[in-house]
Amino acid sequence: MSLYRDRGVVLRSYKLGEADRIVVLLTPEHGKVRAVAKGVRRPKSKIGGRLEPLSHVELLLWGGKELDIVRQAELAEPWHFLRRDLVHLSRGMAMAEAAEQVAQEGEPAEALYVMLVKALRTLDERPGPLVVASFYWKLLALDGAGPVLGSCANCGASPPAVSLVAFDIAQGGALCRACRRGEPLSPAAHELVSWILGGSLARALEVPASSTTAEVAHLATVSLEAHLEKHLRTARALEPA
Amino acid sequence: MYATPVQELIDELGRLPGIGPKSAQRIAFHILKSPAEDAARLANAVNAAKTRVTWCRRCFNFAETDPSADDGTGVECDICSNPRRDPSVLCVVEEPRHVVAIEKSGWFKGRYHVLMGALSPIDGIFAEQLRIKELLARIEAEGVSEVILCTDPDQEGSATAMYLVREFKHLPVKLKVTKVAVGLPVGSELEFADELTLTMALEDRREVS
Repeated sequence: MSLYRDRGVVLRSYKLGEADRIVVLLTPEHGKVRAVAKGVRRPKSKIGGRLEPLSHVELLLWGGKELDIVRQAELAEPWHFLRRDLVHLSRGMAMAEAAEQVAQEGEPAEALYVMLVKALRTLDERPGPLVVASFYWKLLALDGAGPVLGSCANCGASPPAVSLVAFDIAQGGALCRACRRGEPLSPAAHELVSWILGGSLARALEVPASSTTAEVAHLATVSLEAHLEKHLRTARALEPA
Repeated sequence: MYATPVQELIDELGRLPGIGPKSAQRIAFHILKSPAEDAARLANAVNAAKTRVTWCRRCFNFAETDPSADDGTGVECDICSNPRRDPSVLCVVEEPRHVVAIEKSGWFKGRYHVLMGALSPIDGIFAEQLRIKELLARIEAEGVSEVILCTDPDQEGSATAMYLVREFKHLPVKLKVTKVAVGLPVGSELEFADELTLTMALEDRREVS
């Protein structure tokens, strides 16, 4: 049991006892950390405001047997706009929920941490319709489940010999007409997903909201849910009824 | 290990929020060592609270049941049934205990509406599970002219307030919507305030001259 320092993003928190909270953090060096933040629900708490979900903080923690204890927390990066809009806040929470599912306790998660911080920064500075979807697609790739997009994931046939018209993450990605199953895939959505995973992320993030971005977002949620075998509640709440 | 009634008491106490096995054991022993009338008073108080307390049909605060006043549509709490409270101003809170906290300040003279929670999709709490539909219905029916949003200044409370502001815009009535200020606690020192609180305190600053 000892003191340690790390950076982290608060993924979520639970009320504990009268005035405490358990915060779930994503840190680069220690992966997912569950820690008790004592007295943070009291108005005079020095660190309560810094440990709200989505906060990016510098931490001093005391390692415990089951739960660590937050000793100090300093804001590493203030999000100026993220918390002022319900949609942006919900999008941030959707990414935090997914990150919590992927991160493991005690396993360093540098790449995931960097990806989440960059995604939150993008959401704060220039929010577009594909920030959450892009994060989900990148998360799939990071977790070793990046989809096959250049050819049919089932039979291997490539365009222009075949058209890729469907998408099923369980099959490995895009599918041709003969092998189609899962969700329908439009050519425009196929191109957008290829941009996100093929090095043109900035270009994809500039795309304005349309039926294609909604399709890409839906495919990302469905695929990540299938991969995690878990329902993503916050992402589903964002989808139009 | 213990006689069955003792173990049952420990088990029941252990199911209460914030009470662990050790605390449950300590409270059970305290009850067993107390005079019989003290234990009976506790049992009666629990029983009376459970049978005589219900939700106010108007604001969803706690209300005492009164069979003589109940016409089948439920009862009203002391605040809603008080003719001296201003019905044109509604203070929206998350939980009944927040009503108590505001009442202690003695400043607010309007009525309340208790949402029975705050939005938290990650925990499976959506708008449909809260008393939002009932709040929207009250505004026009009761001629409410101002709503004060007094949700917790945390992520769930802020999301709930933002959601309500969006919903109020669809109402066909002119409504003043205000939100309690977020800022520095009285008696604290500026240097210990966190950046988020300080930012919000500066944003919510007001003209003094």
